[in-house]
Amino acid sequence: MSKNKNLQDFAKVIGECVKCGVCQAHCPTYLLSRKEGTVARGKIALASALLHGEADLEKRLQEDISMCLMCGSCMNKCPNNVPTHEIVGAMRRSITDNQGLSLVGKGVSTLLGSKVLMNGLSKGGALLSPLLLKKVPESSGLRLRFFSAPGMQDRTVPKIAFSNLFDRLPEFIKGQPDKPVVGFFAGCSITYAYPEIGEHMVAILNRLGFSVYLPRAQRCCGIPGLSSGNGWLVTELAEKNVAAFEGREVRHIVTACGSCNGGIGEHYRTMRGDFASFTAKVIDFSVFLRDTGLFEELAGMEKWPERARVTYHDPCHLKIQGITREPRALLKALPNVDFVEMADAATCCGLGGTFSVNHYRESKAIGAKKIPGLQESGASMIATACPGCIMQLQDSINHAGLQVRAVHLLELLAAALSPRRP
Amino acid sequence: MDAQVVKELVEIVGADNVSTAATDKITHSYDATQKCYLPDVVVYAATTAEVALVVRLANRFKIPVLPRGAGSGFSGGSLPVQGGIVLVLTRMTKILDIDCENLTAEVEPGVITAELQRQVEKLGLFYPPDPASKEFSTLGGNVAECAGGPRCVKYGVTKDYVLGLEVVTPTGDIIHTGGKTLKNVVGYDLTKLFVGSEGTLGIVTKIILKLIPKPPAKKTMLVQFESIEGAAQSVAAIIGAKIIPTTLEFLDAATIDCIRPTSPIPLPENCRAVLIIEVDGDAAMLDPQITRIQDIIQPFGILAVKIAAGHEESEEIWQVRRNVSPSLRRVNPDKFNEDIVVPRSKVPDMIRALEKISTAYGVPIVNFGHAGDGNIHVNIMVDLRQHGMAETVDTVLDEVFQAVINLRGSISGEHGIGTAKAKYLGMELDAVTISYMQRIKDAFDPHHILNPGKIFLDNSTRLLTK
Repeated sequence: MSKNKNLQDFAKVIGECVKCGVCQAHCPTYLLSRKEGTVARGKIALASALLHGEADLEKRLQEDISMCLMCGSCMNKCPNNVPTHEIVGAMRRSITDNQGLSLVGKGVSTLLGSKVLMNGLSKGGALLSPLLLKKVPESSGLRLRFFSAPGMQDRTVPKIAFSNLFDRLPEFIKGQPDKPVVGFFAGCSITYAYPEIGEHMVAILNRLGFSVYLPRAQRCCGIPGLSSGNGWLVTELAEKNVAAFEGREVRHIVTACGSCNGGIGEHYRTMRGDFASFTAKVIDFSVFLRDTGLFEELAGMEKWPERARVTYHDPCHLKIQGITREPRALLKALPNVDFVEMADAATCCGLGGTFSVNHYRESKAIGAKKIPGLQESGASMIATACPGCIMQLQDSINHAGLQVRAVHLLELLAAALSPRRP
Repeated sequence: MDAQVVKELVEIVGADNVSTAATDKITHSYDATQKCYLPDVVVYAATTAEVALVVRLANRFKIPVLPRGAGSGFSGGSLPVQGGIVLVLTRMTKILDIDCENLTAEVEPGVITAELQRQVEKLGLFYPPDPASKEFSTLGGNVAECAGGPRCVKYGVTKDYVLGLEVVTPTGDIIHTGGKTLKNVVGYDLTKLFVGSEGTLGIVTKIILKLIPKPPAKKTMLVQFESIEGAAQSVAAIIGAKIIPTTLEFLDAATIDCIRPTSPIPLPENCRAVLIIEVDGDAAMLDPQITRIQDIIQPFGILAVKIAAGHEESEEIWQVRRNVSPSLRRVNPDKFNEDIVVPRSKVPDMIRALEKISTAYGVPIVNFGHAGDGNIHVNIMVDLRQHGMAETVDTVLDEVFQAVINLRGSISGEHGIGTAKAKYLGMELDAVTISYMQRIKDAFDPHHILNPGKIFLDNSTRLLTK
C-alpha cells in the first residue's frame, strides 16, 4: 500500500492553524494573486473542510490546491509550524486517488517509473530523437522541463547531456583506504542534464580521500510524484532507493540537489514505515563538506587576483531544513569568489516541481521577483545548490536580459580546487 | 444567492472576479478570530467605480456587503456574520504617489503596510504605525481598525497619519474627506470618523497618509527586573523624565516562563519582568539618552541590562519579543487575546488585578505589550475541551474588562470591537453615547447593508426612545 500519509493523518496539525495570516507575507503564489485560496491559511481551511465533510473536491478546490510550489516558506514563518506543503501533498494524493492522475502526473509517472525511458531520455535528448519523443508522453513533467512545449516556447532549458553521469563514472570510485565510503545520490537533473556537477561532486569527495558509491539502481527521489499527487510512485521510488544503497556500507548519502535532499531526506521521514536509518544518512554536500574542514582549507588559500562577484539563492528544500549558513560559508571561503548577499535571496525561484509545468505564467512571474535583488547585488553569477533552481533562475535571468549566469556551488568549488589557476 | 445579483456582479467586475463556489466561500469565511461564517458570494474589486457599483447593487437587493483586506483582524471586522457579498480589496495595490516635498503618500487600500514602509524608507521617509501584522495586513484594514503597534508610544496610531480619504458610502456614493494638507478645518472632520469605523460606515478606496522624515539611527536595550513593580516604576520614571522612547515593551513573568526555553538571550528564573526599550533619532543623541534611561531606572531592582551593539544584537533583542506569540501554546491550546489599554501610570494596578483574577479562577493569564502607552495584550490561556471552561472564560473576561473600566481604561486599544467585543461595549460607553453612534450609522447606511452585526449587538432595538 502507499506509505504516504493521508489527509486524516494531518488532522492534528490542520487544527493548529490559528488563521493569523502570517503566511500571506511569505507565500509566493499568494503574493502574486493576492487571493486567499492560494495562501496556506486558505488551503488549510479547505483541508479542514474536506476532513469534516464540508467540502468536496470541486474544480475550484483543485485549482487552489494546484497553486502551491510546496516550497515550505509558510511553514518556516508559521507561529505553529504547520506543514502546509505536506498537507497539500496529501490533498493532491486524495485528488489523484479520487479521479486518477492528471495528464502531467501521468507523464511524470511514465517517465520516472521507467529506468529505460530515463536512460533513453538522456541519449535521445541529446539528439532530440523523434523516436524517443514518441515514447515520452507529451505531457510528461520532465519532457516539459527539458524541451519546449506549447506555451513554454520561451523557456530556457538545459541541454540533455549525450552521456549521462552513469555512463561517465563507475559505480564505485575508490579513495584512500583509511577513509570511509560515501554514498552519492545524484538525482535525475544531475544524472541526465548536469552530469558535470555530479562529476565535480565525486572528484571533490575523492580529493578529500573518500571512496564514492554511486549505485546504478538509484532512482528519482520522488519529488515530481509528490508534487503531482502520485503517492504510489513515491512509495515505489522510496523503496527502490533504500534498496539501492544497501549494496554497500555507507555512513553518509550525499546529495548535491536541494530538491533530492528534501525528497529522500525530509519526505521519506514523514512516510509510514521504517525509513529512519536511510534518511539519517542523507546529508547535503555543503553540510558534509563543512564537517570535513574543507572550508578552513579554502579560506587559507591565496585569494585570486580576479574574483567573480557571486550571490546566493536559497533552494527552498534546503532553506526549510535550516541549511542556509553552510552554502554561504562555502562562498565566503572560496578564493575565486567575492560573495555578496542579495535582497530576497530566500524567496522561491518559482519552479516548484510540476508547478511550473501546470502554471508556467505564474512560475515565470514568481521567478521575475528574484531579478531586482539580483540586479542590485551587482553579481555576475548567482550560485545555488539545486539544479532545478539553476534552470529556473537562468530562465528568469534570460527573460530579464541580464548578463548573469546561474551556477552550482560545486562548479565554483571545482574551479577553486583545479590546478589551473588564472 | 439571487441569480440576477450574480449576473450583475459579473457585469461589474468580470466573471473571473465573482465566485459562488463552495471553495471560495470557505476561504473567505474567517479571520484571525478563527470564527467562521460563509458568505453567499465572493467578489474581488479593482477600482473605486467597481466598489461603488457593487454597493449600489447591494442596496437595491438589500444584501450585506463585507469589505475585506487581509482578513487578519482580531475582532471579527471582516466576518460575514449575516452572509452576503464579501468584497475583497487586496488587488487594489497601487501606491499612487509618494510626495517627498509635502511628505505625503497616496495609496489604494490593498497596499500592505510594510510594503509602503519599505518604499518610503528608500526615500528617507517614514510611516510609523507598525501593527504586529504589518507584513501582511493592508492599509485599508489598518484604517478601518485604526491599527496601532509598539512604535505608537512615540509616534501615535494610524489615525494620526491619515490626512484624507476617498470613501464609497453605504449607499454607493463616492465622497472625499480631508486632503493633502496638514491643516484643514473645512466642514466636519469625516476623516477621523471613518478611521476606526470598522467598515461599518464606508469602504475606503484611497488613502492620503502623512509621512515624516526617517529617524537616522536607533538603539535597543533589554532590561531584566526582579519584579513587575520595578518594570512599571521604570516606565513611569522614564516618561516622568520627559523621555518618550520609540518603543517601551514589557513582558510579565508568565510570558518570560513561556519564552525562556527558546530565548536567544538567557532569562534566569529570578527575572520576573522584562522591558525592551528602543530610542531613535540622530545617532549622536542616542548614547546619552540610553545612559540617562539607565540612570533613571537604576533604583528599580534591575538584574541585567543588555544594550545592542549593532543591528544583529538589536535583532536578537526583538527576537525575544517575537518569540512570545508562538510560545504561548506551551501553556494551553486556546488563547483569548485582548488588547486592553489603561492610563500608563495604572499599568502596575492592572497587572496586579490580572494576577488576582488569574489566581481566583485558576486560569493562566499571560501579559505583554506596549507599556509605554498602557496597551496590554492580555492572553487568557485555556483548554476549551475542559468542562465548563467556556463559561469560566466569559466570567474572567467580564472581570478583566471591569478592572479596565475601573482604572479609566478602554477595552480595546487597537483591535476594534467587531463581533468579539460587541457585548462589552456597554461597559465602557453609556447608553446615550452608543445611541449617538447608532444614529450616525443609520444616517450613513439606512438599509444596514455595510458590515452588519458589528460593534453594536442589537441592530433592531438600537434607537434611544425619545
